[in-house]
Amino acid sequence: MDGIHDMGGMQGWGRVSIDPNEPVFAEPWEAKAFAFGALSARLSGGNLDAMRHAIDRQHPYDYLVDGYYGRWLGCVETQLVDTGVLPPGAVEARARKLRGEDVTEPAATEPHKPDYQPTAGGSLRTIDGVPRFNVGDTVRAKTSANSGHSRLPRYTRGHTGTVVTIQPAQVLPDTHAHFVAENAQHVYAVSFPSTILWGADAEDFTLTIDMYDDYLEPA
Amino acid sequence: MTATPHAADRPGPAQRTEALESLLLERGLIDPKVIDGLINRYVNDVGPMNGARVVAKAWSDPEYKARLMEDGTKAIGEFGFAGPQGEFIRVVENSASVHNVVVCTLCSCYPWPVLGLPPTWYKDPAYRARIVREPRTVLAEMGLALSPKTEVKVWDSSSEVRYFVLPERPAGTEQMTEEELAAIVTRDAMVGVGVVHA
Repeated sequence: MDGIHDMGGMQGWGRVSIDPNEPVFAEPWEAKAFAFGALSARLSGGNLDAMRHAIDRQHPYDYLVDGYYGRWLGCVETQLVDTGVLPPGAVEARARKLRGEDVTEPAATEPHKPDYQPTAGGSLRTIDGVPRFNVGDTVRAKTSANSGHSRLPRYTRGHTGTVVTIQPAQVLPDTHAHFVAENAQHVYAVSFPSTILWGADAEDFTLTIDMYDDYLEPA
Repeated sequence: MTATPHAADRPGPAQRTEALESLLLERGLIDPKVIDGLINRYVNDVGPMNGARVVAKAWSDPEYKARLMEDGTKAIGEFGFAGPQGEFIRVVENSASVHNVVVCTLCSCYPWPVLGLPPTWYKDPAYRARIVREPRTVLAEMGLALSPKTEVKVWDSSSEVRYFVLPERPAGTEQMTEEELAAIVTRDAMVGVGVVHA
């Protein structure tokens, strides 16, 4: 989906600053949100791609205002509500109740976890068949991504690059996030000269990004 | 104008986290010991000190370095460093003529087994947006001014492959032990926004 999360190449953000002494978690709630996020696929019967998609789907306002661990918190709630483990509005109602407000909490819902069993752990898979592209081949990234989960950033779409490495085969996030199919396929590291992506005046560098076979066509 | 998606008095993230915890606990879905263990692991046991040991060994032991470049995941695993976000780690080497830098523009994918959880700047929209468009400018702002002759390679972590930068060993460290070398390797150098100084 063309969401706020797809940030590569956006302008207007200002400088990046490093705080060399920052703690792993700035506040205790961040640590808890991290832990719940790390367990969220197990709690909701999902997977890593579904978790990422639950982050991508957050409202752009929330995405920016909540910060990294706020997004983790949001994605846990989304995954749990999506699968009926928690009813919609449960977290906000409980938070209001805990701070002393007189609220009625929503009735519990019946969990309906996805009918999904991974064929193996993790995302890497061994697949049959030779890769469609070889190192050195010229390829073009597709011009659009599907409206569900995708790992094809806007800034690469429609551009022509060169396959530099054949990566391990992996499940396709686009279908895996929605529990449709693992659709394991070849993945290629594809390099793009900066001028292809950003025009003749671009800084001199090479951008390399992994592309799932579904994202590419011969060029 | 687009309205904000919430009531003005929406509970903040600390309150919502407490609420979520209470809901999960009363349903028996989480074990506080597991939660504390996870947090403790990423606060105390998994962090850039892991990656620094890998780098120091690669600088000290040519055979290890060869294994690391050939199969990063396996060579890193020799230290027992493995786990989430480390399913397949590829090592890219910085030198006097080539500088690699890593980003995840779509979220904040990061090689947790060797670097721990990502720092704020790595997750900052400014870094995610700009490092794939004007890396030399961003690196200079972050304190790393590269020669125009240095080749810059930016790696966007869009699949489950995680990238780990092997920094260049600084001059004047020839007599240092592996342990001493590990102490000077920084997180920022292993992502590629810094270099290691003797």
